[in-house]
Amino acid sequence: MARLKMKTILALTITLALAVWTFGPRSAEAVKRGGILKFVVGSKIPSYDAHLETTFGMIHPIRPFYSLLIRVNPNNPQSPTDFICDVCEGSVPKPTEGGTKYTFKIRKDIWFHNGAKMNAHDVKATYDKIISPPKGIASARKAYYSMVESVTAPDDYTLVFKLKYPSGAVVPALASPFNFIYSKADLKKHGFSWHKKNINGTGAFTFVQHKPGAFVEGKRNAKFHIKGRPYLDGYRAISAPKMSIRKQAIQGDRASIEFRGFPPKACDDLKKALGDKLVVQESDWNCNLMITPNHKRAPFNDVRTRRALTLAVDRWNGSKYLSRIAIVKTVGGIVFPKHPLASTKAELQKIAGYWPDIKKSRAEAKRLLKEAGVDLSKTYIFNNRGVDQPYKVVGTWLLDQWRSVGLNFKQEVKPSPAFYDSLRKKKDWHVSIDFNCQTVINPLLDISKFLSNDVSGSQHAQYKDRELDKMFDQMNREADPAKQRVIMRKFEKRALDEQATQFVTLWWYKINPHRSYVKGWKIAPSHYLNQSLDNVWLDK
Amino acid sequence: MIPTLIGAAVLIFFLLRLIPGDVCELRMAGTGMYADPEAIKICQHDLGLDKAVYAQFIDFVWGFMQFDLGVSMWTGKSISEEVGLRFELSLQVAIMATLTATFIAIPLGTISAIKQDTWVDYIVRSFSIAGIAMPSFWLGIMIILGLLIITNKITGTPWMPPIEYTPFWVDPWANLSQLIWPAVATGYRYSAVATRMTRSTLLEVLREDYVRTARAKGLYEKLIINRHALKNSLLPVTTVIGIEFAFLMGGLVVTEQVFNLNGLGKLLVESVLNADYTMVQALVMLVAVVFILTNFFIDILYAWLDPRIHYS
Repeated sequence: MARLKMKTILALTITLALAVWTFGPRSAEAVKRGGILKFVVGSKIPSYDAHLETTFGMIHPIRPFYSLLIRVNPNNPQSPTDFICDVCEGSVPKPTEGGTKYTFKIRKDIWFHNGAKMNAHDVKATYDKIISPPKGIASARKAYYSMVESVTAPDDYTLVFKLKYPSGAVVPALASPFNFIYSKADLKKHGFSWHKKNINGTGAFTFVQHKPGAFVEGKRNAKFHIKGRPYLDGYRAISAPKMSIRKQAIQGDRASIEFRGFPPKACDDLKKALGDKLVVQESDWNCNLMITPNHKRAPFNDVRTRRALTLAVDRWNGSKYLSRIAIVKTVGGIVFPKHPLASTKAELQKIAGYWPDIKKSRAEAKRLLKEAGVDLSKTYIFNNRGVDQPYKVVGTWLLDQWRSVGLNFKQEVKPSPAFYDSLRKKKDWHVSIDFNCQTVINPLLDISKFLSNDVSGSQHAQYKDRELDKMFDQMNREADPAKQRVIMRKFEKRALDEQATQFVTLWWYKINPHRSYVKGWKIAPSHYLNQSLDNVWLDK
Repeated sequence: MIPTLIGAAVLIFFLLRLIPGDVCELRMAGTGMYADPEAIKICQHDLGLDKAVYAQFIDFVWGFMQFDLGVSMWTGKSISEEVGLRFELSLQVAIMATLTATFIAIPLGTISAIKQDTWVDYIVRSFSIAGIAMPSFWLGIMIILGLLIITNKITGTPWMPPIEYTPFWVDPWANLSQLIWPAVATGYRYSAVATRMTRSTLLEVLREDYVRTARAKGLYEKLIINRHALKNSLLPVTTVIGIEFAFLMGGLVVTEQVFNLNGLGKLLVESVLNADYTMVQALVMLVAVVFILTNFFIDILYAWLDPRIHYS
């Protein structure tokens, strides 16, 4: 009997082991250490000071030198709500005192690259510089922290954010990849402009050299606070402004990856050339091109004309065709499509410009244009930026869409400085392309482009809508996500449909082909995110 | 020289100010995120863009007179440092392209003239017309694609020229494997112009009385060509080569982009796109100086090539 029992146990054990081996999760690939990651960057570094800059051209090569207070989870970057501690301990704290107080415990094992120990006072000095910089010092995103009343460090390893009111926008704002942690001593000794030209962080890599226009080089930080990381010996961020060169660099193995994204055709070419030596990661992208009508210029000062503009655009079918040639794909409203606050398809289809029946939509557009007395024999001016992907592609598509309801536009394509001058100052257009490209998905702030122009700072359609401003304020002071969602739907309906203020075309779509030996990096819904490189390794 | 530089300075300064947009708007608002108006104002103040245009012009001229080119409005780094980094590469490409062009143009032009209206002449003329018709950036793209495809077929691994610059004295092989291709792409177009010039001037010289006299004296044809005809025909060719060399120093705008060369041409394009006035001004002045110096050098060379020319 005992022998039978033993046999049964043995048989069960073997069966179980086989089942686990066959169906169970494979253990993670064995990480290989060492190697230099080479990647190409398509934009130039202005300065090294992330608190001041806004371009990925600075984030990609410089971010690995710095840490953040909290960051988007590098193993789950697709989630818009998954944040983890970087220099803080444990998990991201839950607010106390009615949602108005966040207390962070700071790690005790972090050193700046110059050998100084980092503590809560450094983090406080950093956020003071970002939120309330001294007079004459610029901070690009200080308006994102209008809900913060104070930042204090009661002891060396505790940091407290006190808010004026509870806000769901504060945690994503704190996780901005631009919030590099600086040393308080550096700020005190060298001043607030020192970081424009100098680097002293606590990131996974230490600065080696920067040859302007050529490359930035970093090497492994042996004292990095995440044990065993980074896996790489170093990295080299090679400047390559032309997309064709970036593509060829991956094909010819001069670089392994490009973190911003390629258009579909370039990706197809690479797949064809490299086969299984290439891996492609794809994601929705927290950027969209917007149609911005000039509310101060007839006939677009009439809400009926503006509604006709959006009703003429067939987003559902356009997505199918444009996604083959351009970096756009997802149909969405004002909120990033994957976020819990975003409209469902059914909700979207009730908004002008998203109706499922395009014939009905265009018939309504024609009726509105007639009712508004729009002169269809005239040619109106459409302001666009001289960048192929996706501006010129989407711009040309829009002209065709509007022609289908009788509206004729002349597309004026301008180089970036002239385009911004027109968009922001001259306003010498009837309709312009504008764009909304953000970092961490934070709808409560990302939609600020739809606020009145005296509130927003980035709304160029020249309108004031106090109702939208009021709803925005309500949403930002509302801690309950369900209630936030209800207000968001009203906001969206008013902005895109009832008042037809500005419109979203299609959300961008990020395609990152890279050499298959690059492991550990996961695509995020923004080209600004997941660029610490501490979890990247090379399988070769 | 001085009036030319003053003219160039005035033109470039005021023409740049006519272009709409400024570097701060682009830097702070160029990504579509919220742009803090105060941050834009601070940036404009820091860069002196809030000063009157005439005050900015005086600053520029005063700095230039003291050889102080200022700082780049985009990177905040010293312009001398930014230019210095790229000058070496641009100079090397210009020299290599000039050598390539000279080694192609003078022998081919000479053969073409000697064998006028024969099949050899037709081939050389077709070759040079193709060089003029073909933009060097297009040839550059074809070279890179060709290398990727051919090496992939032969070795199974696609190869392309390096995209990072290595100085010649650090690693000559890496340096040449990167720069030989742009030198060939630009040198070919450049040689096409010089080949045609060599051919036509040599044909002209070969019909001169002194050449006929040399032939009547019974001199060897080789000696007549080398000693009497070719040397005299090279004066206009030298001018063409010199001007092309000066052009290559700042004008390889597209070819540098195609091969990802961190040279002066690429810097100029990026600076124009970024509305980096100070950098564009400095580069245009640098190119003006290179043109002036090249012309001066050509004038000296004239005297060596043609002993009848004397400068008092």
